[in-house]
Amino acid sequence: MTTLVSLPILVPLVAAAVMLIARNRRAQRVVSTTALVASLATSITVLVDSWTGGPVRVVRLGGWPGDFAITMVADRLSSVMVVVALAVVTAVLVYAMGQGSADERSWVYHPVYMVMAAGISQAFLAGDLFNLFVAFEILLMASYVLLTLEGTNAQIRSGTTYVVLNVIESMVLVVTVGLIFAATGTVNMAELPERLAALPDGVRTGLQLLLLLAFGIKAAVFPLFFWLPDSYPTAPSSVSAVFAGLLTKVGVYCLIRVQTLLFPGELDGLVVVVGALTMLIGVIGAVSHKDMKRILSFHIISQIGYMVFGLGVGGAAAIAATIFYLIHHIPVKTSLFLVEGIIERDSGSSSLDSVSGLARRSPWLAVLFLVPALSLAGLPPLSGFLAKFAILRAGFEDGQYVGVTVAIVVSLLTLVSMVKIWVGAFWGDVEPVDRAGTTGLLRRQPLMAAGTTFIVVASIAIAVAAGPFYEFAEKAARQVLDVASYVTAVKSS
Amino acid sequence: MSVALLVLVGVLFAAGTYLLMERSLTRIALGVGVLGNGVNVLIVTVGSRPGRAPIIGGEGGFTDPLPQALVLTAIVIGFALLAFLLALAWRNWTITGNDEVEDDVEDRLIERRTERGSKATDRPHVEDVKP
Repeated sequence: MTTLVSLPILVPLVAAAVMLIARNRRAQRVVSTTALVASLATSITVLVDSWTGGPVRVVRLGGWPGDFAITMVADRLSSVMVVVALAVVTAVLVYAMGQGSADERSWVYHPVYMVMAAGISQAFLAGDLFNLFVAFEILLMASYVLLTLEGTNAQIRSGTTYVVLNVIESMVLVVTVGLIFAATGTVNMAELPERLAALPDGVRTGLQLLLLLAFGIKAAVFPLFFWLPDSYPTAPSSVSAVFAGLLTKVGVYCLIRVQTLLFPGELDGLVVVVGALTMLIGVIGAVSHKDMKRILSFHIISQIGYMVFGLGVGGAAAIAATIFYLIHHIPVKTSLFLVEGIIERDSGSSSLDSVSGLARRSPWLAVLFLVPALSLAGLPPLSGFLAKFAILRAGFEDGQYVGVTVAIVVSLLTLVSMVKIWVGAFWGDVEPVDRAGTTGLLRRQPLMAAGTTFIVVASIAIAVAAGPFYEFAEKAARQVLDVASYVTAVKSS
Repeated sequence: MSVALLVLVGVLFAAGTYLLMERSLTRIALGVGVLGNGVNVLIVTVGSRPGRAPIIGGEGGFTDPLPQALVLTAIVIGFALLAFLLALAWRNWTITGNDEVEDDVEDRLIERRTERGSKATDRPHVEDVKP
């Protein structure tokens, strides 16, 4: 069981290496799909093990004793994140193969995509800070390539912003890791809580702020969000769907670790304020834009705000709500970008001015959009309602009335901007130019439809089976908050 | 811990940060390189006793091998990053003829709108609508 933990990282990396040699497109498609399905299967095994009460699984690569080895840790939170991430990555790969866009036809696409999958898994499983930095670099390097693969003017312009900003983030992160090592003599996350607690207050707060800064840029929280709405819209839909669904959530995951494991409960007030402002700024951006991809990009920011707010509220209930939110948000956000990709492929534009009448032309596509859109806005009985309700209840019990009010207003504004997309793109008359090939939008793109449907159904499943899912989130939250048993589990293994 | 090395770290950080704020991608790439070296020197300097052999388990005369392993990894990552940035600068140069980071499209739109707004004559028109 323990050896399985590292497979979600190793299998995609090996597949990437194979595909760098085998450049035949058909072979690459087979290899990458097989690799992702295999790593998904192993990660599900690890998840089932942790769900049924198995202990925290620890792998020490390199065989060195103590904190010299590269440690991989799979507790409930990290194993569920790996499963969700790999499921989404697999579905989007199917979608991308159906889309057959210019970048998927390049032989670089599949290997780089695998490297990104490996990097995401590694970030969730990393048991020491330096390994986490390496994971970030792996997934960032892959994301740079995917974002600029077509090499068009728009991609280069926004890619530059994205790359430079993330380079700065990496620098901040590696400096922080270096300083933490200098202060404590270790980078192992199981050793750190004890040694960090022994530091003087000023040093500790400084290190924590640096970590929050690094992961805050990655998670796109206020005021570090500005790179996101610029860079995501220029990528092809399949790529921006993965970025939107997963990359910022890796940042949120790391923020959770910082606030629960390394610096439990410190600076929570700051995190609450940042969360509330992130929600507000994000949704204001979404309401004011007319391009679907930009609206959806701003929504990422406002949704990140909810998670950061929940994290700042703290306590078992709020952390459980945050974890549930995190799990629900990944499929919902990804599917919205995927639907947008189908629309863009059909009409050649993502501007609301040039698309209309889609509900009449393709009712099924309308359903695929409406379910995640309403879920994102938080309408019952969808998963978004449950996630928002849990966050609000935790905030209310903690007495964060201002934050809760902001969250309610933001969810109304989210609905407004979703209605804007609905009215603009789905209602209205069918454009005369489109009359010729009016229906069968989805039938012409079976793989794209399959990938999107899979993710939408998964998000509905989260709502239907909300009881067990929430119970799991609570278990995971209790485990995340129980620093002592995490430390003993890692040290004794 | 050597003061000279720490001063060097400071100089490298300052120079790197200055270069990062330039608009030319080549200079940004150079900045990333300089900053990366600053980070590496920092980790080696503060993390262990420089100048000793990194052997694990020795008594006294040896230094911790971990920071050196970290820096080795960081050097490789920095090399890859630099290569990618230069490729990006090259691509930018082939498209636009320079390697400057361009203005944000949205920023330009907003700028144009404010210019139009300050010149526009529809201000009194808005007041007319008020009852």
